[in-house]
Amino acid sequence: MFNQDRWQEIFETIRKNKLRTFLSGFTVALGIFIFIILFGFGNGLKNSFQEFFLDDATNTMFIFAGKTSEPYKGFKANRRIEFTNDDLYDIKDNFPFFLEYITPRISRRASVRYKNEFDNYTTRGVGPDHQYAEKTIMMKGRYVNELDVKNKSKHAVIGRLVARDLFKQEDPLGKFIDIGNSVFKVVGVFQDDGGDNEERFIYIPYTTRQSLEKGNDKIDQMIVAFRPELGHKGSLAFERQLRVFLKEKKVIAPKDPNGIFIRNIADNIKQNQQFANVLQLIVTFVGLGTLIAGIIGISNIMVFVVKERTKELGVRKALGATPKSVIQMILQESIFITTISGYVGMALGVFLLKNINETLEDYFIKNPYIDISTALFATLILIIFGGIAGYIPAKRAASIKPIVALRDE
Amino acid sequence: MIQIKDLHKSYKMGSSSLHVLKGINLTVEEGELVAIMGSSGSGKSTLLNIIGMLDLLDDGSYELDNVLIKDLDETKAAKYRNKFLGFIFQSFNLINYKTAVENVSLPLYYQGMKRAERQEKALKYLTSVGLLDWATHLPSELSGGQKQRVAIARAMASEPKLLLADEPTGALDTQTSNEVMDLIQKINQEGKTILVVTHEEDIAQMCKRIIRLKDGVIVEDTKVNQVLATQYV
Repeated sequence: MFNQDRWQEIFETIRKNKLRTFLSGFTVALGIFIFIILFGFGNGLKNSFQEFFLDDATNTMFIFAGKTSEPYKGFKANRRIEFTNDDLYDIKDNFPFFLEYITPRISRRASVRYKNEFDNYTTRGVGPDHQYAEKTIMMKGRYVNELDVKNKSKHAVIGRLVARDLFKQEDPLGKFIDIGNSVFKVVGVFQDDGGDNEERFIYIPYTTRQSLEKGNDKIDQMIVAFRPELGHKGSLAFERQLRVFLKEKKVIAPKDPNGIFIRNIADNIKQNQQFANVLQLIVTFVGLGTLIAGIIGISNIMVFVVKERTKELGVRKALGATPKSVIQMILQESIFITTISGYVGMALGVFLLKNINETLEDYFIKNPYIDISTALFATLILIIFGGIAGYIPAKRAASIKPIVALRDE
Repeated sequence: MIQIKDLHKSYKMGSSSLHVLKGINLTVEEGELVAIMGSSGSGKSTLLNIIGMLDLLDDGSYELDNVLIKDLDETKAAKYRNKFLGFIFQSFNLINYKTAVENVSLPLYYQGMKRAERQEKALKYLTSVGLLDWATHLPSELSGGQKQRVAIARAMASEPKLLLADEPTGALDTQTSNEVMDLIQKINQEGKTILVVTHEEDIAQMCKRIIRLKDGVIVEDTKVNQVLATQYV
């Protein structure tokens, strides 16, 4: 392999057969280039999908209250069930094994004003843990904290688009805005990967919202997060126990399908994950297809190259080349060319993907990428198959009697 | 130099087989210049191929320079060819992307000779066939006669015991043929054993001995008075 003379002979052959070298090199480079681009685009598609559907925390359940549909223990049917603050504490106390955190959410539309700018936004009365449930990202300042909840502070955390619309270039931190008829101090600005609508919310402490509504302690809905290590099955068990617990507490018939509703995100997630898996499958399939096309391409070229060289190989054999040296020469040459051009194609593909970055986001291809190990592996596969594709005709050519090869005009 | 006893060779043609050589006995001494003649199908090329270890014999024995040639696998045959034999073909069989000097040094490459040494020796043999000035030219830039002289230099470069020429003048005009035969005669005069397969009577007359083959057997084996090619050049 490291015989200098043999390398010299190979370089000479490569230099003097430029078209042949170019053809086989181009095939390999193109194959790997297309593979990397397609695979990268597939990953970009997956990224877009993930952004659309998988932006919120995946280990949460939403609990809503509704009207009962069956009479139970002296209560009539059609009774409205409502959650209150002590439901939060009860769940916390009774399910420490399952629970990661719990937060209420009270949604209200409100007219919001800063100086002369105003618009209607949805405010959400929440607890500090709501930040994890929505995967809210703080850009400036801070989120609603325990102290806000305890003091019923009039503090507001506004979305990026709220800040843009109301404050323009001004820094909103520390400024005061009117929400409905109350004045709130802006303590934070957030962004959210879930899209524009998610960035038009305003978060305030839930206790503040309750105090604004005549000091009641009612809650619209609760968001409960279970420990991720429980998995999907564990979350189902938790959901079951939670339902029983709440029905007992709120005196609802155990068989009543209404009254309390629990939406387990894990169910949605499972479906979305399945879709993502199908997408992954398609990406893999496309990648594999391109790779196979590349392998077929390089095989064809190698068969052609060896065929073209049959006579030359016959001459070499008549002059004393052993079959081994003939095979070695062809293999070494083909592996050398495929390696160089394979890596050139790979580098070009990776470079292009890096440069595409965000520019194709409108076509749902976000941040296309390929891990370097996949790219290297694909290149290696192509080189190996290029070698095999060269080896078979080379072996045949090497075993042809020189006299037959010489007759080949 | 060559001892062939009771040589048989047949080719399988589907279900039937074609008996090409039917018991050849032949001895060639060192320094001989032998013409092998015969019409096409007489088996002369087959005989040359067996002597050249490009083909295997079915039956009989073949000794080259007192070495019994048998049980040749491809690797062994390649080594023997490289060590014992030089080939000259009708269609020259130069490698078209290599220059004259690279073509001549190719058998030396397969002998494992160092690059500089190869180059020097190849140039020496190119000089001996009068083509030093053409050393860096590609075969496509050479005339037919020049190509054959490069091929002869290549055959000589490995310093073989035996030169085998298969219709060396078959693709050349009379004038060029005489030049090539002149070269072959000169190489023979320096003591090299040469076998020439030809179907041209005047080429055969330029050798020292003529063997005529017909239907796979030797029908005539005569020493002749060599016609020197120099007079025609």
